[in-house]
Amino acid sequence: MLSIKDLHASIEGKEILKGINLEIRAGEVHAIMGPNGSGKSTLSQVLAGNEAFAVTSGEVTLNGENLLELETEERAREGIFLAFQYPVEIPGVSNLQFLRTSVNAMRTHRGEKEMNAAEFMKLAKEVSRQVDLDPAFLKRGVNEGFSGGEKKRNELMQALLLQPKLAILDETDSGLDIDALKVVADGVNALRAEDRAIMMVTHYQRLLNHIVPDYVHVLAGGRIIKSGGRELALELEEKGYGWLGIKEDAAEAAN
Amino acid sequence: MATTDKEVNELIKREYEHGFVTDIEADTFEPGLNEDVIRRLSAIKGEPEFMVEWRLKAYRRWLEMDEPDWAHVGYPKIDYNAISYYSAPKRPEDMPQSLDEVDPELLRTYEKLGIPLHEREKLAGVAVDAVFDSVSVATTFKEPLAKAGVIFCSISEAVRDYPELVQKYLGSVVPHGDNFFAGLNSAVFSDGTFVYVPKGVRCPMELSTYFRINAANTGQFERTLIIADEGSYVSYLEGCTAPMRDENQLHAAVVELVALDDAQIKYSTVQNWYPGDENGKGGIFNFVTKRGAAIGKNSKISWTQVETGSAVTWKYPSCILRGENSVGEFYSVALTHNYQQADTGTKMIHLGKNTSSTIISKGISAGKSSNAYRGLVKFGPGADGARNYTQCDSLLIGDRCGAHTFPYIESKNKSAIVEHEATTSKVSDEQMFLCRQRGIDPEQAVSMIVNGFCKEVFRELPMEFAVEAGKLLEVSLEGSVG
Repeated sequence: MLSIKDLHASIEGKEILKGINLEIRAGEVHAIMGPNGSGKSTLSQVLAGNEAFAVTSGEVTLNGENLLELETEERAREGIFLAFQYPVEIPGVSNLQFLRTSVNAMRTHRGEKEMNAAEFMKLAKEVSRQVDLDPAFLKRGVNEGFSGGEKKRNELMQALLLQPKLAILDETDSGLDIDALKVVADGVNALRAEDRAIMMVTHYQRLLNHIVPDYVHVLAGGRIIKSGGRELALELEEKGYGWLGIKEDAAEAAN
Repeated sequence: MATTDKEVNELIKREYEHGFVTDIEADTFEPGLNEDVIRRLSAIKGEPEFMVEWRLKAYRRWLEMDEPDWAHVGYPKIDYNAISYYSAPKRPEDMPQSLDEVDPELLRTYEKLGIPLHEREKLAGVAVDAVFDSVSVATTFKEPLAKAGVIFCSISEAVRDYPELVQKYLGSVVPHGDNFFAGLNSAVFSDGTFVYVPKGVRCPMELSTYFRINAANTGQFERTLIIADEGSYVSYLEGCTAPMRDENQLHAAVVELVALDDAQIKYSTVQNWYPGDENGKGGIFNFVTKRGAAIGKNSKISWTQVETGSAVTWKYPSCILRGENSVGEFYSVALTHNYQQADTGTKMIHLGKNTSSTIISKGISAGKSSNAYRGLVKFGPGADGARNYTQCDSLLIGDRCGAHTFPYIESKNKSAIVEHEATTSKVSDEQMFLCRQRGIDPEQAVSMIVNGFCKEVFRELPMEFAVEAGKLLEVSLEGSVG
């Protein structure tokens, strides 16, 4: 489904990604791990099309189509979803309006009829309960005054609403207490499907106790330095990043 | 930054939707202004003697006045003798009594503007006093209003039919010498709206006027007077669009509101005059004096405006809070793009005890435009326990526009309380990325973000106006992103 070949990307002239190679097939869950500053978030942002980053070389295809040629919104409509680590607030725009605009943009792209306010309300209420968010959230401004945990669940709710082909979850577990983590993990597991791939970016392995990945990749210094199965994550938990030759202190200091 | 700038540049390039000129023969004065012109104007309108004297007095006063230059705007010097001071749609008979008698060309103009008069009167229950060029041509819904005792007519009619009301209140809020543009308007005002709501009457419908400048080189000088007698309520809607043209046009209107004891006036405006093209060529000069006097105790005057048009806007809808416990409100959205300039805001003059006022101003600047909020909150010595709350937010789109805030506070009373909050923000790259990542077109994203920013003001608008205002912002920001 997603194929990344020798991807290099930089921001403000500074190279962050230094040759990423990754293949993700439909139905798979990949965990991208690594210390802070290793390029995990950059990879997510570049795939989603954040224009603050410049792709300097390499190629990325989604189901054979050149992703890098597509605008951000076109990638989204092709099924790329990014759950933001720090979702931004849009004051005065209700969550409901934002979500309906988004869902309808996708539907229009697929040649489907737009959902009216009543239909959408019903759907949104169902999905918000799935991630344990009070439907009253729908009426609040986008991310306005949301707690960290509420923002994450709100992001996940959007993934469930939009049913993407590739869901990229950027540190969706960070800042969550154990109950919230469970809710988020249940949500992600609900998202797992044969025709959908999930790429989870995480610093800690604890999320992986709840969401068992098919593959784990360790990203450091802008490259994937090790790939393996689920056991790699457990090994990382036990030994830290040090045994891979990564300076753990630097990573911890960055926390 | 790259994304937003590019998007915004595109966004701002949309064409003015209402840019067409209606071909109606106009009966127009030759350009120039002197006492003779004023006498002729008054005679054409069949005005009584007091009116022509009033105009002449204003004219003489105006001759001694200077054009104000303190606003944060720049425009070429206006030659007041190059302007024609009267223009009326040509008609063989008197004013038409029904829509059937109205020039079909004119009705089609309204259709193009999305103002189907006959539908509107049925569907929305809105009475429309339509001003086309300088003379009122269609008035609807007079009967139910008459039943309630509400007078809703053109100011020309009022001068003839209700001279005692006009004499008592015209110029009582905005006197001749108030300012240069108000002085000019007083001398040459063409037509406008008059409303009188009698004691204890709640006006049975929203009153509405649509304006449109048409004939070339014609200054339009609207004069509106609304009087709400004791315990009455009226909501008045004003909306305007103008056809596309190259020469700048002067628009110097005066609106006076008078609220007696326990009366309320709600005045809403959607202003969409031709703003000029993307190079700053053409567009309306909108120099307007709007003021309400809350003279009665417990009276209330509320201004809501959505300003998206005009090349230059100079406008400060204000409240004089004279009555005890009287309330003044100002809710404003001002959007500028391309080379538009707006210097707008309000004055809240607290004179009576326990008077209170609220100011919510939202300025949106895009392109190379300049958008200034200018506000005065003043407390007189008698304004014991008076208070004001001001919130003044600016939103910048792109990095070549300007937003300015000039708040003035003057207090001669120690018990007065003033709160002032101000913010400046940008449509951020992060917000745009979030929206686009969710599949939303950049253009739609900007429109959504801007509408969210304006929410506090839009909810003050009457329902059908709120929809129109939302659409207007969308259109104003259309074609920008790509």
